[in-house]
Amino acid sequence: MKIYVCVKQIPDPNTVVSKLDPNTKRLVRSGVSLVLDPGDESTISAAIKLRDTVGNSEVVAVSMGPASAQEAMRRALAMGVDRAILVTDPALAGSDALGTARVLAAILQKESPDLVFCSTESTDGYTGMVPGGIAEFLNLPQLTFAREINVEGAKAIIKRVTLTGYQTVECPLPAVVTIASGSFEAIYPTMKGIMSAKKKPFTQLTLADLAIDPSQVGEAGAREHVATIGKAEARAAGQIIKDDGNSAQAIADFLQRYQLL
Amino acid sequence: MTTTMKPTESGTAFLTTTVSESADKIFTLEQRDEEQRWIQESSATFIQREVLPLTEAIDHQEPGVLPKLVKKAGEQGLLMIDVPEEYGGAELGLLTSSLVGSELREASFSVAFGAHTTIGTLPIVFYGNEEQKQKYLPKLASGEWIAAYALTEPGVGSDAMGLTTHAKLSEDGKYYILNGTKQWISNAGFADVMIAFARIGNEKPSAFIVEAHWPGVSTGAEERKMGIKGSSTRQVYFEDTKVPVENLLGEIHKGYKIAFNILNIGRLKLGAGTVGGARAALGMAAAYTTERKAFGKFISEFGMIQKKLARVAAETYAAESEVFRTAANIENARRSAGNDTEGAFKAIEEYAIEASLAKVHGSEVLAMAVDEGVQIFGGYGFMQEYPIEKAYRDARIQRIFEGTNEINRLVASGTLFRRVLKGKLPLMSLYPAIESRVRSGQPLNNAGESIPAELRDAVNALERAKDVTIYSAMKFALKYMQALENEEEFIEYLANLLIDLYAVDSALARATQAVRRGDENSGTHVKLAQLATWLAFTRLRSNLDQMIMTNSAEGDVQAELQFVRSYVGDYLLNGVALQRELAAVVVEKQGYPL
Repeated sequence: MKIYVCVKQIPDPNTVVSKLDPNTKRLVRSGVSLVLDPGDESTISAAIKLRDTVGNSEVVAVSMGPASAQEAMRRALAMGVDRAILVTDPALAGSDALGTARVLAAILQKESPDLVFCSTESTDGYTGMVPGGIAEFLNLPQLTFAREINVEGAKAIIKRVTLTGYQTVECPLPAVVTIASGSFEAIYPTMKGIMSAKKKPFTQLTLADLAIDPSQVGEAGAREHVATIGKAEARAAGQIIKDDGNSAQAIADFLQRYQLL
Repeated sequence: MTTTMKPTESGTAFLTTTVSESADKIFTLEQRDEEQRWIQESSATFIQREVLPLTEAIDHQEPGVLPKLVKKAGEQGLLMIDVPEEYGGAELGLLTSSLVGSELREASFSVAFGAHTTIGTLPIVFYGNEEQKQKYLPKLASGEWIAAYALTEPGVGSDAMGLTTHAKLSEDGKYYILNGTKQWISNAGFADVMIAFARIGNEKPSAFIVEAHWPGVSTGAEERKMGIKGSSTRQVYFEDTKVPVENLLGEIHKGYKIAFNILNIGRLKLGAGTVGGARAALGMAAAYTTERKAFGKFISEFGMIQKKLARVAAETYAAESEVFRTAANIENARRSAGNDTEGAFKAIEEYAIEASLAKVHGSEVLAMAVDEGVQIFGGYGFMQEYPIEKAYRDARIQRIFEGTNEINRLVASGTLFRRVLKGKLPLMSLYPAIESRVRSGQPLNNAGESIPAELRDAVNALERAKDVTIYSAMKFALKYMQALENEEEFIEYLANLLIDLYAVDSALARATQAVRRGDENSGTHVKLAQLATWLAFTRLRSNLDQMIMTNSAEGDVQAELQFVRSYVGDYLLNGVALQRELAAVVVEKQGYPL
């Protein structure tokens, strides 16, 4: 089975305080330390787990990004991904979700995947629109918010996270599956993994290789425009429950009100 | 694998080279490449996920737990770092293995790991012949076999020449028959192979590779220890143990050379481990200061607590800077030696002083870190429920093994004088100019534009301290000449000076690099280096004072003190304000700030 994982390099959410450029209204990505999206590390782990369960399968990481994204791809390889494909092209700068989906779908089209894994959303832009776009371009069914994935015959069966529990959903392969955040503990690259990453196939493509018209992607092809950016509203003050002997009940009531209990 | 490194400094260069000159040459942690960073991070995660959850079981020596973890580390590749590729290793070198060594936060695991990878495996890497390497290294690199190092005996510690275990060639000439008792052998309880030292006849010790399952090899009961309780420490008995002659390691009667050289690396690695231990202890303490309240305030807000956090951070910074500077220097020199074993010997030996200084300073910084850590936790620090209690007990051995800190002080000062006498270290030729500067009270104070403005005072203070150290050391060494070895207290003062000089030199060079590079954390680097200098400067002056008072001719004391004190001068700094600023960073980062 061929399992593809769409990944992204983002400003390190653990060390970088996100900043927006007031002119471009985009996230500042230069001059900060960049990492493979931690959400994608979890998604890669889901793919590797499935690969190792199913057997006779490979996991391929695909990404679109600047040359610096090579590091994120090496990271994916070090984690145990079998090969990596990165599309880099100056014309891609400023791509919106649609443009990104178009490029990723073009790679996948050539590869004929059985499964395409995506994180539900990236940890920087959080649009969550790329997976749906890929499914649309490839004309594949999409299963969302998976916390468990199994393959039986030619079907993908997932447990789909809901507010109150999960639904079991299935669809025929090939399919696009988005992974619910926090569902899989990220594998960490072992020393052997880090060493062997250097010897694994790593393909770098340009738009020309994918026969994509540059006017359809990047700044030129973007249909999505950020109109304004503003500060998030300050959160309302929390509720403090004083312990007068009934605090346990009060806390339980509060949690129940939000269906957390 | 090739790693590009800055040009090598020669051994002891820190004493005769200014920070202005060395700052571009030395390796600093910030120069790690992606692979080194990842491997370091990977080993930290391994410890976090696989080892720390088993701390209880390790500490109680539950059978099989520790060797299983060592083998697991082997599966991940962590045991193959120093082993050449052709024998199943990764050949990444001493710098990478030191980076990994600094992440092994569970001390018993760290001891087992170090006994296997460093003193257990490296003797075969460096001194094994082709057959020995092929036979043992792949198994050791993968963790299929675990190694130990059997040097110490009940009556003999660092004095390797006094070993009593002996080896006798069998009548058919096929075996050496070993008899004797080894003591405090780490990994003895589960080791498959040991590097054992014994004397053939009355000659100097030879080294042997001994397989633990051979008839005539047995071990005693587990020792009951103050700390590192989880590590296996036993006596090893050789009773008519037949060791095939092909298992003689290195040259006959020259095993002591192996012992000394491996100890140099062991010392450096121990330094790396202690740096990691200090970072971990600071992490525990810093986190606690924002949990615990006293008098209605978080204890992180109290000046005396802030002082502890800041000082541990600054001393750790200095130790870290010197450890990895040394690791890169040795690694670089060893790579230049290629496959020449004698060259590799020399490369390691070249930095014997630095390895000893890193061991002593690192272990003493760790001692301070865990001691202040317990103090910050107050009564809770005394309770076994809190990991700082274990860290405190585990740290104590670090000042004792791999040569006590006293032995290492002797090594540092003794090697320095030997090099001077051999003309390898130009202190004799530098002395007249330094003497005249000191006596005329005219220090160079020439830290110029190349040194960031905020570090210039510190660098000038350091260079003055180097001058008076050379001045005093040479003066008294010339006085004692052959009888020098009887003057242990003088040797200790000198070693103390060297420890602080090397640490501060490394810290200031690293901070200088950070500023020159425009590092986003350069402000923190500068603060850490300033505080490390400030703290060391008080000790430097005190050691100089005592050295002069106890070694000058009676009528000269006053005058000598005057010269030296006025020359060395002050490093003026508002240490309290600096400590508060640094503590704020430590608290914010919940630990070591870099």
